[in-house]
Amino acid sequence: MINRFRTSFLAAPYAVWVLICTILPLFYILGYALTNDAGGFTLANLLAITDAVHLKSLWLSIEVAFVTTIICLIIAYPVALILHNLKITNKGFVVFLFILPMWMNFMLRILAWQIILSNNGILNSILSAIGLPTVHILYTKAAVTLGMVYDFLPYMILPIYNALSKVSDSVVEAAADLGANWWTTFIKITVPLSKDGIISGIIMVFVPALSSFVVSNLLGGGKVLLIGNVIEQEFTLARNWNLGSGLSIILMIFVLLSMSIMNRIDDSENGGMLV
Amino acid sequence: MKNRFISLLSIFVLCATPVLSFTGCGSDAEATDTLVVLNYGKYIEADVLKRFQKETGIKVKYEEYESVEDMYAKYKAGSINYDVICTSDYMIETMRQEGELIPIDYNSLPNYANIDQDIIDASAAFDPTHKYTVPYFYGTVGILYNTKMVDEDTVSSWDCLWNPEYKNRTVMINSQRDAFMVAQKKLGYDINTTDKKELDDTFNLLCDEKKYVYAYLQDETYECMISEDAAMAVCYSGEAAMGMEYNEDLDYIVPNEGGNLWIDSWFVPRTCKHYDAAMKWIDFMCEEEAATENFEYVWYATPNTKVAQHEDEETLADETVFPTKETLSRCKLYEAYDKDTLDYTTTLWKKLKAY
Amino acid sequence: MTKIKKGTSYFYLGLVFLFLYAPILVLIVLSFNDSMSRTVWGGFTLKWYMNLTSNDNIMGALGTTIRITLTSSILATVLGTSAAIGIHYMKKRHAAIMLGATNIPLLNADIVTGISLMLLFTRFTPLGEFSVVLAHIAFSVPYVIFNVLPRLQSLSEACFEAAMDLGATPSYAFYKVVWPEIFPGVLSGFLMALTMSLDDFTITYFTKGAGVNTLSTMLYTQLRKGIQPELYALSTILFLLAFILLLVMNFKKNVRKEAVK
Repeated sequence: MINRFRTSFLAAPYAVWVLICTILPLFYILGYALTNDAGGFTLANLLAITDAVHLKSLWLSIEVAFVTTIICLIIAYPVALILHNLKITNKGFVVFLFILPMWMNFMLRILAWQIILSNNGILNSILSAIGLPTVHILYTKAAVTLGMVYDFLPYMILPIYNALSKVSDSVVEAAADLGANWWTTFIKITVPLSKDGIISGIIMVFVPALSSFVVSNLLGGGKVLLIGNVIEQEFTLARNWNLGSGLSIILMIFVLLSMSIMNRIDDSENGGMLV
Repeated sequence: MKNRFISLLSIFVLCATPVLSFTGCGSDAEATDTLVVLNYGKYIEADVLKRFQKETGIKVKYEEYESVEDMYAKYKAGSINYDVICTSDYMIETMRQEGELIPIDYNSLPNYANIDQDIIDASAAFDPTHKYTVPYFYGTVGILYNTKMVDEDTVSSWDCLWNPEYKNRTVMINSQRDAFMVAQKKLGYDINTTDKKELDDTFNLLCDEKKYVYAYLQDETYECMISEDAAMAVCYSGEAAMGMEYNEDLDYIVPNEGGNLWIDSWFVPRTCKHYDAAMKWIDFMCEEEAATENFEYVWYATPNTKVAQHEDEETLADETVFPTKETLSRCKLYEAYDKDTLDYTTTLWKKLKAY
Repeated sequence: MTKIKKGTSYFYLGLVFLFLYAPILVLIVLSFNDSMSRTVWGGFTLKWYMNLTSNDNIMGALGTTIRITLTSSILATVLGTSAAIGIHYMKKRHAAIMLGATNIPLLNADIVTGISLMLLFTRFTPLGEFSVVLAHIAFSVPYVIFNVLPRLQSLSEACFEAAMDLGATPSYAFYKVVWPEIFPGVLSGFLMALTMSLDDFTITYFTKGAGVNTLSTMLYTQLRKGIQPELYALSTILFLLAFILLLVMNFKKNVRKEAVK
């Protein structure tokens, strides 16, 4: 028998680490969130979310994150399925193929999207060359959504692919032998068995999309104000760390909320996991 | 496969072991012959930095920031003891009022004599007793426009930014103070107004403009103009000069209503640990050769009077780089807002962005 | 699968990869562009590649980036893997608490993590390269844990116990039974940690000491006045190196399989 109790101590260094580098900084943020600039206790920074501007940007963030997640899911599931059917033995290869783009600096890649999407950019040049009308995408909500889909797509593909690779082929074959057609097998067998992966993917896309601010900075042209941008600006431009902290606490609550909703759908045992 | 990965990993570990030794390197910041400098990004010729270290034997830890707000956030966090900082006028005034500045010993700066007296006088807006600052570069805020798409008459007034004809082809400046300045000039208000009613009017006018704006940009305006994605853009003179270098259809103007004159200056913050070295640094920045090299790299107007001798007629006549006296007479420096106004305008700016 | 279906699925895969790699193609093209502006094509040049090694700033930043990235991802992998094993064998309630805490860095906006870590570090240690390494470990450990944990969960405990019953010591059984199973997770966790660290800007920016520059922070400060084209060249080289490594790994694998046949 494995000595579970003793083995669990392998997590001890990490527990100490979490305490110092995760929990303690969180208290700093909480400290700022619950005080005003004179140092007195206040709830104003938390209640500030009810301000029309903040509500609007929170709502916009939720909308963008939601649309991003849906698009990612629609694009990613077939990709994962196709990759799975290719029966690539080296799983690391597939994973690597999707995180390889990240070896080009993130900011550079988003800048490249600017070049592609701008009024006189690559996309519009191609469109006009083949006689199609040009589009105005850059510096709109659509561009921000596109940037986020681009950024987060691998986080949707990989968990689904992982989950699919655990689905045993014999189950699928058994369904086929029992007369189920491809679609029925897909809906009744493949999707339910890859549910864990789908849920991990949704969380891994939705959560960072909700708090992102760099993509909207670079592709939104300062016209798309997400809650992440508000928080960033409170910390820098407005020099109001108290309000910035307050809003981040609220944002965290929203993230936890959406995760617990997802976890309720996911009735498996390993609730609370992201990947 | 497994073994190969393990060997790969062990190679990584071996590579990393020697580099782990850097953990102790935080301590050399305390050495006497180092200087911690904080400046805008790409705001110095690399060679000048090298030469300073060679000639004085002082080791420079050179830090860069992107926006004034970044600088302030990093400084306020108190995580690094900066010795000398270069930043913009109104931020210097804010920090002066907060008591963050240490007076400069002008007697130890022989090269200070090279600095244009007019610019020193103009600095009074943020350093009234002139005790704390040495100007580094200056410039204006105006409109960079494409002569193929817009004629000069149109852009000679800030009104052009509210012209529906240029919907989605105007770039507005992504900086609260500068954007407010534009609207205030159009309304005929003072650019340093603290009157709530006037600020509200400014805000409403900017909201009205938002539907015509292609993007609010600060960093990449010139790229956007070079590629002719936009017809006109509110931007800084240096950025305009950079754009004009690549696209000859571009031109720059400070509209008739006038605009903003900004001065970036060196100052010594309270966190300074190496005052003498900081003085040497500031003096070096005022030196003829260093200033010339910096000018040719940065391409903003230099307050150093000795630089002119090294430049050709064409450069000196370039009104984008060197604003004329007439242009300067129409421009005004920002004054720092008091806390109340700062909070109010920041909120308005946030509302505008969310509008 | 039928031929047509296969054709469509390859086409679809191709489109997705085009989407993911299009910006990279643009950047590679830019690295050969003889113009300081990224929107003007000034002709083909190799000069950014030639100038690269003589640019002290960029080389310095590259060195710093490599040091920080390697150190933090290796340490994060070690810390994360042992934590994942520990968590797996914990009581459920304790494991839930640990996992909740692990999620925190992933939930927080980068800027909040960055500033809160900066506030913490300034109390206890001077900011420098070391503080950046600590910060990078902080945000990359969760990726390792969440990559390793699913592997452990799909591991059948019977195998391990069988090995022990057959006389293996726990550590030998671990090495022979558990390790091969969780290794892909450890590796992908390591790669993710490496990538996250390489790609991070915000957290690095706030936790770094004076004069410390990684490629990301260097790029950011250059946004204002135009990016040095040498950086496109360097990014292209880095990307191609990673790409070649990937191909070699896959190729070798195939060769070995052929040999076995």
